[in-house]
Amino acid sequence: MPKGRVEIHEKYCKSCGLCVAVCPTKVLRISEKTNTKGYRPVEQFKEGCIGCALCAVTCPDAAIEVFKTEE
Amino acid sequence: MSEVKIYARPVSWMPDVSSHYCPGCGHGIAHRLVCESIDELGIQNDTIGVASVGCSAMIYDYIDIDYCEAPHGRAPAVATGLKTVRPDKIVFTYQGDGDLASIGMGEIVHAANRGQNITVVFINNAIYGMTGGQMAPTTLLGQKATTCPLGRDEKVNGYPIRVSEMLATLPAPGYIARVSVAQPKYTIKAKAAIKKAFQNQIDGKGFSLVEVLSSCPTNWGMRPVESFDWLISTMMPYYPLGTFKDFD
Repeated sequence: MPKGRVEIHEKYCKSCGLCVAVCPTKVLRISEKTNTKGYRPVEQFKEGCIGCALCAVTCPDAAIEVFKTEE
Repeated sequence: MSEVKIYARPVSWMPDVSSHYCPGCGHGIAHRLVCESIDELGIQNDTIGVASVGCSAMIYDYIDIDYCEAPHGRAPAVATGLKTVRPDKIVFTYQGDGDLASIGMGEIVHAANRGQNITVVFINNAIYGMTGGQMAPTTLLGQKATTCPLGRDEKVNGYPIRVSEMLATLPAPGYIARVSVAQPKYTIKAKAAIKKAFQNQIDGKGFSLVEVLSSCPTNWGMRPVESFDWLISTMMPYYPLGTFKDFD
């Protein structure tokens, strides 16, 4: 399986949860933290990201950047 | 082994700016698609946007290009003027359904009928967002809004208008498509349609309009994920996706 990683810009995240719903490997969740806008930003809480970027494609606030490790 | 960035924040998205849109609003996705199209076509310095009235009025704070703000519904008329005096520039309007399909219906029909070489991004979320959830011309039958609390009734309020199909009956407009941002698979197609609409203008082909089916979780009274499910289950059957007119 390809390996990926997401970087979430917490200051932009509004906790809408669309990325959590579309993630095929379910590695995202809404965190317990609070950002400067008062929302609870999304975080990657476990390994298993495949770098498909569906979360970034669906993010309304362009808060997600995706990295992929190439062999 | 090397790590590459496969998805980055668009360059033309204003740096360090967070939008005022509600969580889960489809406007953010549509803005990002416009940004990505502008980035990929390399036209950031040559694009002039025409902001409409509605939630998207503040688009000039989010996309880093030149702008002109139009009175309610008049964005296609303002874009016509801009394109006439600066034919070398890429001019697009970004309008919601309350703007384009009600007060601005005259402007859009005539701009399309003249085959103006402009690009129109039309956001259809079946409701007036900014003003508090009133019924729009695109509100579905039975859908509740603050001005039709029992649901839209065709005997009182008429039928929802399918703008893309209506404009596609005109001979002049070149490219008319309806897309959606309800799921990543639809969003990827939406991106292709918006990019094509810009490319058409660069090629001087004529009028291009992309209708984007979007959500309004706040005024629909739903959570963001539920609102996208409702968009697929209820809105998309009435507003079928597809290309209604193409130059080719």
